[in-house]
Amino acid sequence: MQTTNQSRLNALLIPTLSILLGFIFGALLMLLFGYNPIDAYEAMLMGVFNSPYFMGEAMRQATVLTFTGLGFAIAFKAGFFNIGIAGQLLAGWVAAIWVALSFPDLPRIVLLTLSIGAAIIAGAVWAGIAGALRAYFGTSEVIVTIMLNYTALHLTNYIIRNVLTTGNTTDRVGENADLSVGWLTELTQGSRINMGLFIAIIVVILYWVFMTQMTAGFEVRAVGLNPDASTYAGMSAERNIILSMLISGGLAGLGGAVHGLGTFGNLFTQSGLPSLGFNGIAVALLGLGNPIGIFFSSILFGVLDVGAGFMPNRAGVPDEMADIVIAAIIFFVGANYIIRVALDKMRSSKTAEKGGE
Amino acid sequence: MNIVSLLQLIVSSSLVYAAPLIFTALGGTFSERSGVVNIGLEGIMVMGAFMSAIFNLMFYSTFGAMTPWLGLLAGGLIGILFSLIHAVATINLRADHIVSGTVINLAAPALAVFLTRAIYGAAQTGPLARSFGFADIFLLEKIPVIGPIFFQNTSGPAYLGILTAVIAWVVLFKTRFGLRLRSVGEHPHAAETLGINVYLMKYAGVMISGFLGGIGGAIQAQAIHNEFGILTVAGQGFIAMAAMIFGKWNPLGAMAAAIFFGFAQSLARIGNYIPIIQDIPGVWLQVLPYLLTIIILVGVVGRSVAPKDLGNTFVKSK
Repeated sequence: MQTTNQSRLNALLIPTLSILLGFIFGALLMLLFGYNPIDAYEAMLMGVFNSPYFMGEAMRQATVLTFTGLGFAIAFKAGFFNIGIAGQLLAGWVAAIWVALSFPDLPRIVLLTLSIGAAIIAGAVWAGIAGALRAYFGTSEVIVTIMLNYTALHLTNYIIRNVLTTGNTTDRVGENADLSVGWLTELTQGSRINMGLFIAIIVVILYWVFMTQMTAGFEVRAVGLNPDASTYAGMSAERNIILSMLISGGLAGLGGAVHGLGTFGNLFTQSGLPSLGFNGIAVALLGLGNPIGIFFSSILFGVLDVGAGFMPNRAGVPDEMADIVIAAIIFFVGANYIIRVALDKMRSSKTAEKGGE
Repeated sequence: MNIVSLLQLIVSSSLVYAAPLIFTALGGTFSERSGVVNIGLEGIMVMGAFMSAIFNLMFYSTFGAMTPWLGLLAGGLIGILFSLIHAVATINLRADHIVSGTVINLAAPALAVFLTRAIYGAAQTGPLARSFGFADIFLLEKIPVIGPIFFQNTSGPAYLGILTAVIAWVVLFKTRFGLRLRSVGEHPHAAETLGINVYLMKYAGVMISGFLGGIGGAIQAQAIHNEFGILTVAGQGFIAMAAMIFGKWNPLGAMAAAIFFGFAQSLARIGNYIPIIQDIPGVWLQVLPYLLTIIILVGVVGRSVAPKDLGNTFVKSK
């Protein structure tokens, strides 16, 4: 009993301490280059929390991160690294905008369902390629998903310039493909927060139900924990690899739809892969694969992302600082061995003191 | 365009694009032979590219024509420094290798652009003071036919890379150090029993990969982009890893694969001059290197065997 309590405590302590250490690292780096870290963090936090508009924007960013984070997490649980979240998000973004622009006159509920459905399928197919190659040929999903990222990037830009338009930006989607919710937009004074937030909350619940209450989810976890034992128990490793990658890519594609329809309402040529993909990986690692943890990590990173925009003007600090803090946080999450050793040392010295009394 | 000058163009531009891949793939080989997966090579290349660009701009007035070559060393040194993060995380702190590599890839572009802004007040450095340009290879250029195709107006760093690959092969397969490094990647506990310092060997593997990856990035900045910005290194570190796997974790194989990928990358630039290829839409040439990587990985995977203990954390026996 004591050990479960302790591991639960660790499950909260490790991310919390990692966040703290990440911020401290960022502060030290800023001091080193002659910036004032207090000003920078204050600019970041006050910028977001003093304005309903920017709080809405942070939640909008968190919404997309929840999808990409959950996407990475489910493949991770099955033992795979889907580094291709960014490319799958892009695939979903293209599909959603393409459908929305092709059938602008369909009723809103039908068009949104079609658009989002197409995005989920596009993301799932893009990830499924890597899953199938892994399952049947043993090809490293890390390298394949990375290569598919760059392929998606170039193909997207090609489709924008040659198929959807002749320029670098598509038309805006019609109001029947609009994701915004009147009262939410009003509440946040015109931010781009949208019904993606509700979809995200539903998906968080569904993810939890799937992983903990359903046989298919149990199989995915079992294969991730021990592929040999699960195969021996009659589960198909191939099937679970492909299934987890399909869900993973589908979630990323859903994120792409919400980002495309909700945030921008159009599609434009990209110079690099969307950072939402890689930050989704960070969100999943910080949330330790727990859907609720991922949701809260997304909010944190949403605030960091949006707040970073205030640092150059209000504190003179380059906004890349936020990404450095994110990377540092994930470093400490990954290297949590050092935190666990430190915690154990503290605990054992405490019990030793008690024993002496 | 006659056939000799066409071949000359294909060979030289393939080598220009291959040079960063050769060094980085060799780096990956050392790291993985010691049992540490290093997907952070992409980030290490970013840091190498950044450092060499800064060095190039700051020291051109001191070193003149030698600047880009010394810039390689600057890139290599920052690469070692950055690879130490990966080494400490994976070897001492028992972090997952892919997670730690992902951290490197998240941190490097952010840090490099942060520093570029801190120094230059902009997200990119602007044109470098001196790039590698094209060079003739001493004496070999005089050979008839072969000389003009392979050794005139070509990439100096690529030939340095080929030379480095030969040296790397000798080090890995013909020296005591190489044998120890490989044994640590195959069976660390057996190696430990024989008195080999496993941690030291793994550190050596990762640091060599940092040095070579940093050089790879320095070439990318100084020979291809002629500046440093966020787009200077875009996936080359990952392609180099694919070259390493394609080359079956053998330096010479990795080098050959890197040259092949260099050729694939160069097609997007010079495809317009080559008959038949000029009729293929540009987008296919752009995605070709990435698709080829996937096809090749699927095709060779049965025959290439990774070091046995790759990716596992080694815990010292008590």
